[in-house]
Amino acid sequence: MASNSSEYIKHHLTHWNSSTGFWSFHVDTFTVSLLLGFLFAAVFAIVARRARVENPGRLQLFVETIFEMVDTQVKEIFHGKSKIVAPLALTIFCWIFLMNAMDLLPVDLLPNVAQWIGHTFFGMDPEHVYLRVVPSADVDATFAMSLSVLICIIGFSIASKGLGGWGKELLTAPFHGSGTVSTIILAPINFLFQLIELIAKPISLSLRLFGNMYAGELIFILIALLPWYAQWVLGAPWAIFHILIITLQAFVFMMLTIVYLSLAVDSH
Amino acid sequence: MEAFVSQIQSMTAIAAALIIGLGALGAAIGFGILGGKFLESSARQPEMIPVLQVKLFIIAGLLDAIAMIGVGVGMLFIFNNPFLSAALAALKAAA
Repeated sequence: MASNSSEYIKHHLTHWNSSTGFWSFHVDTFTVSLLLGFLFAAVFAIVARRARVENPGRLQLFVETIFEMVDTQVKEIFHGKSKIVAPLALTIFCWIFLMNAMDLLPVDLLPNVAQWIGHTFFGMDPEHVYLRVVPSADVDATFAMSLSVLICIIGFSIASKGLGGWGKELLTAPFHGSGTVSTIILAPINFLFQLIELIAKPISLSLRLFGNMYAGELIFILIALLPWYAQWVLGAPWAIFHILIITLQAFVFMMLTIVYLSLAVDSH
Repeated sequence: MEAFVSQIQSMTAIAAALIIGLGALGAAIGFGILGGKFLESSARQPEMIPVLQVKLFIIAGLLDAIAMIGVGVGMLFIFNNPFLSAALAALKAAA
């Protein structure tokens, strides 16, 4: 078991790749995140369609709680006019929360099911069936979300200030020159600062989520290597702490998205 | 050859330990300052506690970020060492 442990860890950290090379993608990340996204959308849409004032069920009350929380945050922070920000924030919060929550399932559960399916129906060698069930522990998924947020930031900037206005702001903020000479000298410095700020936002957004989830998953895998009598002692507190981390990371991603979008429509 | 591999592995272990440790140090000090200020302001204005608590969690999530990125990089170095694979590939190509 001791010599096997690094093999176990490596096996649980390998993705189900579609092929090799540049164009391969992680099929497990893709399918799990898609399924969870549809689950969230389906549940919320069904509740919205069947919403009633008298005798709301518990599900409707639960959905309304989440909805109201997101709505309050957006109203407090975002001062522009947009119909996209609140649904975007709601989607980000619920989807990331569901993706993170996959980390609470036992480490071996879904991979063993996948191995059994692969072995019985497709005759594959169980050693080569890889399934990583937490999409947000994959840089691909987190960067996809944060780059989409970046595109939204740039889009909102251009929509509110115009293409010329946004370009001017890139060259004149944060340092304002008083005459033409100083403006020209400060323009590249301003551009550098703005570029760094614009690039740092999606990178920090995605790597924060990725780092938290990857570390959490790795510690679960390491706990799974312990003997059975020691697993609960360490696993239970870590899982309870992880519930907090899951919710917190989804909330922080949503809040930062709202804050970045509100900064994008702000004029200096 | 063994000396080469063992040197890479030992340096990687120390590097990963430094990354995780220093990140944890920074995050811990930051959390301490943050928690202290929160407690102070809660004592001054108890009616602001719910509002401040939300901000507390947001800032806690932000503080965690760089430390967690460091942990992720450290774990990557430990379990999937890119330096080792590059070195072994170079050795194989030279042999």
